[in-house]
Amino acid sequence: MNELALAFDVGLAATAVALAWFSVVARSTFAAIVAFVAYGLLLSLVWMRLSAPDVALTEAAIGSGLTGVLLLSVGAQLRPGEAALDLERPGAILRSVAALACCAVAALLALWVWGGVTGPAPTLAPQALAELERTGVENPITAVLMAYRATDTMLEKIVLLLATIGVWSLTPDLKWGGRSGPRQTVDPDGVLVFLARALPPVGVVIGVYILWVSSEKPGGAFQGGTILAAMWLLVMLAGLMDAPGTRRRRVTLALLAGPIVFVAVGFAGCFIADAFLAYPVDYAKALILLIEFPMLLSIAVMLGLLVLGTPQRSAPR
Amino acid sequence: MSATLYGLVSAALIGLGLYGLISNPQPLRKLLAFNLVGNGVFLLFGVIARRGAAAGFAGDPIPQALVITGIVVAFSASALAVALLKRLFQEAGSTSLRSDPPPRADEPT
Repeated sequence: MNELALAFDVGLAATAVALAWFSVVARSTFAAIVAFVAYGLLLSLVWMRLSAPDVALTEAAIGSGLTGVLLLSVGAQLRPGEAALDLERPGAILRSVAALACCAVAALLALWVWGGVTGPAPTLAPQALAELERTGVENPITAVLMAYRATDTMLEKIVLLLATIGVWSLTPDLKWGGRSGPRQTVDPDGVLVFLARALPPVGVVIGVYILWVSSEKPGGAFQGGTILAAMWLLVMLAGLMDAPGTRRRRVTLALLAGPIVFVAVGFAGCFIADAFLAYPVDYAKALILLIEFPMLLSIAVMLGLLVLGTPQRSAPR
Repeated sequence: MSATLYGLVSAALIGLGLYGLISNPQPLRKLLAFNLVGNGVFLLFGVIARRGAAAGFAGDPIPQALVITGIVVAFSASALAVALLKRLFQEAGSTSLRSDPPPRADEPT
């Protein structure tokens, strides 16, 4: 059994590194992106082998899936300029020096991993366990994200919001209020339209379930939100629904619901508990759920809008 | 044992990503390489979390949760970078990062 596990680990590690290498050296950007997506899926297996199922879910959904969609769409748009840029490739000498320097960095890190750390590793796991009961949730990762270090999670919502504002702010003046990307026209009897009709009901249930279950088992608002965002993107890709315009009141509301509830509960903590983002023990789980559900909606909308990108069509008059 | 192996993988990813960042002239490929460096750093953190297994948990939950936050932030940064690239391409007809970009393909010189 142990040999089998070791063989699996070695094979997984070798394939992941080989795909990463290919995505760096491949001539064609399209091939590099496809390799990157495959590598991302292998990386989520690596996270499983490191006993981190929550991270594995996030990596598969966001790190590989959404990033892959994002890169593929931009890769297709930038293809006309690719050949000219290829001429700017640095010379052989510079590349060799860079390769040597990067090998040195990797070798130093590898040495440190191999033998540089000895003795018991520093860990906060006992402290996390000791306070777990007071948070009302059983999954320690959710406890860290929503209770111990809820400030991080709140600020990360703000980062997502800022990124969305940043993407929108690149809109040319005339197109403000318009929709992102071209309107999709696809064969109404095609398989894409069929999938876009059949999958979303299942996907929405799974997305909400992944959030609901996160208090006990691996899951969470990001993983669930990504699935919801994927369903939304699928429906838009199949042309069943158009991308929203930037001036839509409902979009703004969905964007802000999560961050506003989060900050409001945070300040309420100053009065009902003893600090910003502190929860009274009796209501801890209820408050965490109160934050998480609007957050699920906001995350889904923000991730979807980030993939859609800057509005490119003029606003309807 | 497997944690050490994946620690070596993270070192390789950081090295590969750095090389891609320096040697590839296309900004999109630099972004991809930058994501590799990020993945390597996250993975190293995951290995540290695995070594910190204690109190009945298979890994230290604090670094694991921080990595989840990190992945989401890395995605937001990539999305913003992609939007900047698209806009640069629309404006300049090329995503060259040189200070004297070549003439546009669709424009007579």
